[in-house]
Amino acid sequence: MSNRDKILSAVKQNQPTLVSLPEVAQFDKYFTESITEFKKVCEGIGATLHFTDSYESIILLLEEQFATARPVVTSIPELAAINSSSAIFNSPQEYENIELVVIKAQLGVAENGAVWITEADVLERALPFITQHLAVVLHKDMLVATMHDAYKLIGKDNYGWGTFIAGPSKTADIEQSLVLGAHGPRTMTIFIMGTLL
Amino acid sequence: MNAKKQDHAALSEIFNKDEERVNWHDETLWWVRQKRDKAAFGVPEWEALRETASAIKHHTLSNLHDYLTTFEQKAVENGIVVHWAAGAKEHNDIVLSLLNKAGTNKMMKSKSMLTEELHLNEFLKEQGIETIDTDLGERIVQLLEEPPSHIVLPAIHRKKEEIGALFHIHLGTPEGNADPKLLTYAARLNMRDVFLTRKVALTGVNFAIAETGEFVVCTNEGNADMGAHLADIHIASMGIEKLIPQRDHLAVFLRLLTRSATGQPITTYSSHFKTPRKGKEIHIIIVDNGRSVQLGREDFRASLKCIRCGACMNTCPVYRRSGGHSYHNSIAGPIGAILAPNLDMKEYADLPFASTLCGSCSNVCPVKIDIHQQLYKWRQIIVQEGYATPAKKAAMSGMNFVLSNPGVFRAAGKAGRWVLRHAPYIAANKFDPWYKHRELPQAPKASFNEWYRKNREQHE
Ligand code: SF4
Repeated sequence: MSNRDKILSAVKQNQPTLVSLPEVAQFDKYFTESITEFKKVCEGIGATLHFTDSYESIILLLEEQFATARPVVTSIPELAAINSSSAIFNSPQEYENIELVVIKAQLGVAENGAVWITEADVLERALPFITQHLAVVLHKDMLVATMHDAYKLIGKDNYGWGTFIAGPSKTADIEQSLVLGAHGPRTMTIFIMGTLL
Repeated sequence: MNAKKQDHAALSEIFNKDEERVNWHDETLWWVRQKRDKAAFGVPEWEALRETASAIKHHTLSNLHDYLTTFEQKAVENGIVVHWAAGAKEHNDIVLSLLNKAGTNKMMKSKSMLTEELHLNEFLKEQGIETIDTDLGERIVQLLEEPPSHIVLPAIHRKKEEIGALFHIHLGTPEGNADPKLLTYAARLNMRDVFLTRKVALTGVNFAIAETGEFVVCTNEGNADMGAHLADIHIASMGIEKLIPQRDHLAVFLRLLTRSATGQPITTYSSHFKTPRKGKEIHIIIVDNGRSVQLGREDFRASLKCIRCGACMNTCPVYRRSGGHSYHNSIAGPIGAILAPNLDMKEYADLPFASTLCGSCSNVCPVKIDIHQQLYKWRQIIVQEGYATPAKKAAMSGMNFVLSNPGVFRAAGKAGRWVLRHAPYIAANKFDPWYKHRELPQAPKASFNEWYRKNREQHE
């Protein structure tokens, strides 16, 4: 018998009597899609938030904060002006020296400060990890309260790869001291786009 | 490994030689436990979430055969190659053949407790393959040539000065420097080269979704993604129990996992892998290694609900004061002590005794595994099967005596250590110095003594 059949038949024989799948309750009365809540959580996990209503102001801010000789890559057409002209890459390894990556986030989750991005938002899956600094642009209307709400929006989307990113990469593997910048980006900046009340 | 010959009590004794370190270990893990509490209390529906997670897992286990085949079918449709491995040998051979096919003798690997269980690194080393663990904590213990002592915090038993000395030798950091920031940065620089040059990356799997054939990997460091997205071949090793039915069930589990593990609201990265990158490969290895047997053990099958958050270890008074290595098993702590006897009852006969049965593990478990009750049940079986040492049996029957004579081990000093050495599992009442750390969200229905007596009657 193949390993597959051996395992499957043992599982079939040993699995308990079928019990039904529970409904997942609606919990949203406790959390709201509040920007203040989102900001607080994001800052708690080491990200920086900016409110903005135009791509021009994002460009100004990025140029001021990330003035550097190293390449900047963005997949957002409106920010094309900050793309390094030399930025043509044939393999993910070539992104090795990227200083800053700016991408769009599809949604943000207030309860945990995570933003959802998929392959469609990046040029290469490695991009948001290999860069020294990551910035994302999130429309304020795309903020949801909880992970349940997030998966309602993600739904049956047919992405090849997608990820929640919550703050800069981090580790506390040495004596539980938190260090930002483990193997991924050392900082994360979130631009909330849209006129605020 | 000569450590294998020593049981939990003897290994605890070694760990307890350095009292300062033990205290530090104890306090650090308790601090992590407190962070977990804070995060859990911040979610008013916490208990309902635990209940739901537990019920989803129960349902999944009751329909596991069909979920496994659906998952396989969907994954294959997504362009993923699915392999099945009955045990360690089969799994490790598959990894080796994939490395051979790729024509490389170098692999990078993010955290995977399953590959620890299957002793993959040792196997590959014998075959001339160099594996580099990319998670910082795992890299530290790998350089120290020792196993991880905790499933979430692999190097939690080591002080920063020791890591500084280790990195001075291996990464050339300045001698005597023990700054976690500097050491982390040195590891980051060093690991970049590994990520950029290795062709094969192995990762674990936190959740596998039957309806879509995708799988999710959670890390804080970003090392799983760095490896997977830069390699030509991504191998994902998963136990059969990692399945959940639907994508939106991830909401329940991702809300619980990291809050329980470290007190963070979610890991930095929760990556959903559905298809390989263009021209690249993803291989999933679905591993049994005793899990289907555990599935058939009515009293113990709930252990397969485990999502490896580590909360039961952080809260465990015995784990905190005996250290992960004292469990001489890839998974330490309370959950390790109920999983290990399924794999080898004789070898791990001591582990279910390495507990005070205080129940704190069951109280924090995000999927509501009745861990302490399973520990108790394993003790019955181990004694029945004749695997308990005479000392253990005697200590078991002497339990009531000690419990009703708190003076025997009331003091934190010598007597407490004596207890830890000779019968570490009996120190479970309010007279114990550990008691101050014990916090039960709900009042227990019966005192430990009553509970113990009642259970003993039932089982005898
Ligand atoms: S048994 Fe529960 S608490 Fe322990 S690691 Fe598993 S899920 Fe976490």
